[in-house]
Amino acid sequence: MIQRMLAGGLIAGFAAGLLAAVLHFAFLQKLILLGEQYETGALVHFENAHADTSAEGHDHGAEGHAHGEPASGATRNALTVLFTALTYASYGLLLAAGFAFAEHLGHRIDPREGLLWGAAGFAVFQLLPSLGLPPELPGAVAADITERQIWYFGTVAASGIGLALIAYGGGIPAAVIGAALLAAPHLVGAPHLDEYAGTVPPELEGQFVARALGVGFITWAVLGALAGRLWSRGEA
Amino acid sequence: MREGNANAVGCDGKEMMMTAMTKSAAKSGSALLSIAFVAMVGATMLFLAGHAQSATLHDAAHDMRHATGFPCH
Repeated sequence: MIQRMLAGGLIAGFAAGLLAAVLHFAFLQKLILLGEQYETGALVHFENAHADTSAEGHDHGAEGHAHGEPASGATRNALTVLFTALTYASYGLLLAAGFAFAEHLGHRIDPREGLLWGAAGFAVFQLLPSLGLPPELPGAVAADITERQIWYFGTVAASGIGLALIAYGGGIPAAVIGAALLAAPHLVGAPHLDEYAGTVPPELEGQFVARALGVGFITWAVLGALAGRLWSRGEA
Repeated sequence: MREGNANAVGCDGKEMMMTAMTKSAAKSGSALLSIAFVAMVGATMLFLAGHAQSATLHDAAHDMRHATGFPCH
């Protein structure tokens, strides 16, 4: 039982994590580096208001940054791959523990069910928290980190239990309680500052948020389907 | 004699049933324990990789934390 959870969760998690790392470098890293240049003041939004030239300037800036520090860039990227893999391996273990618990309560997990769990995991850990705390580029200004972390973990817990009650609660009362739990963190509201003070252009931040959620969804879907497949194989 | 046998069988059956029940309760308990263990390992790894505020971990995991939308800094 424990081997089935550990092996399935870790294999699916690391595989999904490597996919996430590829998607990270395809879609996200360039925007993060660009955001950093606004954060450090190397680029300044509004100083150069001519759209065409400033867009070109951004591209050159990002490349200059990447080429400027090749050694630290390689280490930095290797750490990103490692920590992305570790994060999704953790998600893999949590999914496997969830599968085992569901099975313990008499539900069967097949690959299709795994895909649904993956979509739910994306909603719980990324999509629903992002309704209150959207993904941020470096250079964005936000409320106190501890307050945001408390809201984030509270939202993850409430959303996870809420979705589980809706999916497996087996009745309208459970579904109503589940929906209330899903809504509660957003009624409380995420911690925010009273003013907007970020240095990053809104177009850049918007693109980053959309891409971060897209990459998260793809990775979670693959993670869930893979973990579900490995789990149902272990049964035989 | 027959009755005795029947009693013996009945008794054995009862014992077997009880043993089976104890075993299944033990199995269920250990299953829940291993589920909790794996969930704790996953949650601890996730916290260290994604949320611990130590400067070293934060710097190493920085780009991933932004990309996954974790509250970062």
